[in-house]
Amino acid sequence: MTTHVPQGAGHLRTDETPPERPASQTDQSSPDAKFPGALVWADERVGAAKGLRFALKKVFPDHWSFLLGEIAMYSMIIALITGTFLTLWYVPSMGHVVYDGDYVPLKGVGMSEAYASTLDISFEVKGGLLIRQLHHWSALFFIVGIALHAARVFFTGAFRKPREINWLIGVVLSLLAIIEGFAGYSLPDDLLSGTGIRAMNGFMMSAPVIGTWMTFFVFGGEFPGEAIIPRLYIAHVLLIPAILVGLFVLHLALVVVHKHTQYPGPGRTNDNVVGFPIMPVYAAKAGGFFFVVFGITALVSALVQINGVWVYGPYDPTQVTAGSQPDFYMWFSDGALRLLPGWLEFTLFGTVWSFNIFLGSLVLLPLVWVVLGAYPFLEAWVTGDKREHHILQRPRNAPTRTAIGAAAISMYLVLALACVNDILAIKLGLSINDLTILFRTMFFVLPVLVFVVTKRLCLSLQRHDRERVLHGNETGRIVRTPEGRFFEAHEPLDEFERWALVDYDTPTPLGLTQGPDVDSRGVARRRGPLAGAQAAVSSFFYKDAVTAVTPAELAAAHHHGEHDALESPSIPQLGAPVNDSTGDDDFSEGHGSAVQAPTHHR
Amino acid sequence: MANPHHDDTAPAMRDDAAAPARSETFQNPGLPPHVPRRADGDPKAAKRAEIQVVVLFTLSALASIAFVVAYFVIDPDLKGYLLGIGEINLFHLAIGVTMGVSLLGIGLGAIHWAKTLMPDEEVVEQRHPQVSGDDDREAVAQTLSHGWRSSQLNRRSALLGSAGGALGLFALPIVLPVIAGLGPRPQGLYTTNWAEGTLLRIDPSGAAIRAGDVTQGSVFHVMPDGWVGHEAVEEHGAEEAMIAKAKDQVILVRLDPSLIKSQKQREWGYEGIVAYSKVCTHVGCPVALYEQQTHHLLCPCHQSTFDMTDDCNVIFGPAKRALPQLPITVDGDGYIVAAGPFREPVGPSFWERERPGLMGVE
Repeated sequence: MTTHVPQGAGHLRTDETPPERPASQTDQSSPDAKFPGALVWADERVGAAKGLRFALKKVFPDHWSFLLGEIAMYSMIIALITGTFLTLWYVPSMGHVVYDGDYVPLKGVGMSEAYASTLDISFEVKGGLLIRQLHHWSALFFIVGIALHAARVFFTGAFRKPREINWLIGVVLSLLAIIEGFAGYSLPDDLLSGTGIRAMNGFMMSAPVIGTWMTFFVFGGEFPGEAIIPRLYIAHVLLIPAILVGLFVLHLALVVVHKHTQYPGPGRTNDNVVGFPIMPVYAAKAGGFFFVVFGITALVSALVQINGVWVYGPYDPTQVTAGSQPDFYMWFSDGALRLLPGWLEFTLFGTVWSFNIFLGSLVLLPLVWVVLGAYPFLEAWVTGDKREHHILQRPRNAPTRTAIGAAAISMYLVLALACVNDILAIKLGLSINDLTILFRTMFFVLPVLVFVVTKRLCLSLQRHDRERVLHGNETGRIVRTPEGRFFEAHEPLDEFERWALVDYDTPTPLGLTQGPDVDSRGVARRRGPLAGAQAAVSSFFYKDAVTAVTPAELAAAHHHGEHDALESPSIPQLGAPVNDSTGDDDFSEGHGSAVQAPTHHR
Repeated sequence: MANPHHDDTAPAMRDDAAAPARSETFQNPGLPPHVPRRADGDPKAAKRAEIQVVVLFTLSALASIAFVVAYFVIDPDLKGYLLGIGEINLFHLAIGVTMGVSLLGIGLGAIHWAKTLMPDEEVVEQRHPQVSGDDDREAVAQTLSHGWRSSQLNRRSALLGSAGGALGLFALPIVLPVIAGLGPRPQGLYTTNWAEGTLLRIDPSGAAIRAGDVTQGSVFHVMPDGWVGHEAVEEHGAEEAMIAKAKDQVILVRLDPSLIKSQKQREWGYEGIVAYSKVCTHVGCPVALYEQQTHHLLCPCHQSTFDMTDDCNVIFGPAKRALPQLPITVDGDGYIVAAGPFREPVGPSFWERERPGLMGVE
């Protein structure tokens, strides 16, 4: 006979105190453990034992979504290692050479030294192609990892106090990562990368007032000049990586300071962190994961070719290929450039204002990151919440935020897909003009739809959680009463499962009448000029919140069920065999589960 | 409540049922009891797990050795065919796969070890609020105040002002030369190498073009005389040659004169032969796709579409301005030459485009 009571739950029912941990599992240190001799030297000089004692005992919670940031971290390390290799052969020069290397189709073609050396890495340096592929793939995984990690942090509310600073650091890191990526893929100076630089030159030129000056200073003269590649190179291998690594170290240091967040669950509170200590479990898992990420990157690099720079030849400003797309992380910006209509450019007092260009590039890029950076502060303002938060929110329990995030992602995707409108048009046999118009429309329509749908989904999921807490899980057992009524028996949640579903709170909207209108001395409360706006946004966020089940509600629901049981006395017998194997203690709960169904199955 | 019977029987029982949960919220039940893994209780399972980990580590070591062997043994130019991928460099494939297996063996081995044999019971670490204690804050306040007063900043405000000014300005001598040295002031944006009488030459062959040789529907990519091919690089240097390519490129097409809608376009052309700047007025990509049937020019970068029969006006996409037309005529020998320079700047828009005076250009 199956029992549906989870392991150990019965034990807790009879004994209120949590079970003692078996010493054999958690504490396996030997009583005569000695401080390693090799560390004595270091300890006497820098007090290494103090730091190690602290560091080795750090606890990290376990969850698959916490690995997303690790993917980014490890990919960055792989990119640093492989990038260092590449600098040994790459020549950051736009000086003119006539190619005389191993790649026959380009023999005798005039090209830059940068491109020639990239060909040499691909064809003459043994294993150089693999390093190049590893570098490019790890850079892509780096940015994918950052994006997924940022989404995880956003949708679980991990950016809330006290982690706003770390969110800001992460936002800057993500911006630097894509600038680093852009600078990197511009270096080979093949036709595709040169076309990317051409577009960059074009959108820098469009900036009002300073456009031409900025462009001439960055390019060291007229396009293309011979300065841009050496300059992108030093930015790519020194300036940006230095800032990137520095901020990344700070990012990790703050994780140590704050300790990692954790998902709601039994035993997890806002005042503790439950997980595995660095020594040995986390070290093995996280260290092993580095090798897994590296290994998968290596396999992908071996099997899937990326950026075959020899295919289109050297950069030539008079040539371009159809289907010129940047790396995926620049798609949204390039897509915006494709969608913005030409009439956004106009002349005012003889000066040219190219909103069709700088809106999608010079404005869009910073704007996205400013909005990202500002979000935690906006939400804190809307909730009026000043507490520290270490328990993550399940996305459904913050419906408006989740809907905003999903809407923003849909906007991003529309822009990104707009960047491949030519490919889509060919593959799908559609008119590129129709597609472009569709994307223009979708940019405004889709986020609204996605917002509404996501918010409704979240609220429904929250109600579903309430249902489960109040009435238990569906069991699939159809019970027939003597009168001929049918219902499905429900199984109540045990307290561990229940806790994960009820451990959240929903802010109430800040009203204009929040708090007393006069303070204790009878002075009218002052209201800032934005109080009205704050109340309105707060209401937008939280007015239709679904709150967590309270014990009183659960008791009422149980009672409700028992009442039905009294009406149909035969039910307990039908329900009993399923539950009675766990003993008398569970019998009363068995009632609840079996009998609540008749009025609640829908 | 839907059922009126409820209220009759409820009160006593409801109080009873609610009794254990008087508080507003549920109580955290604490950590759930540990569920032992198979390897925790069964020595055979533990041994099996150990063997699996050892196999993975051994696989890694073997793959590392295989990498070294492949590196020295396989010909770097060896090509082969791989199902599902196609032709591939086998050297690249071999060292990539062995490297991947070598790394994955270590990674998967370590994770499997952690998951099966290392303790899987979670431990609890307490958190403490980030905020410092009052005594810490008080001590910092005291120190700051002491520093402020002992440096006499509270009494001698001129110190603060002058120090602030000096610190504010000291970066200038460092930053200014860097910024100002980055590039020349903007120039050359209003001019190209086209002038009256410049011969149109096909790029890259360098051939001049007789009007009679341009058949209806044919399209030529054209550069000005003296700026074509290797000779241009030798004569002007690579940098100048590239800049010229980026600005001077022209597309030459012969249209049926009856299709041409614009009088100016007809006049600047020659018997239906028209020449336009090939640099997109959006962000400067070459407008390289010419559709012979519709006479549309499409820029592959952002799909701006220009109508060649209507003076290359924009009919779709993000560009605003028409492509500038190069006036052409025919010289004494029947070759096509420019009748004059471009009458407006070519390429992407820029702020001073309509007012050269802002850039100091007349």
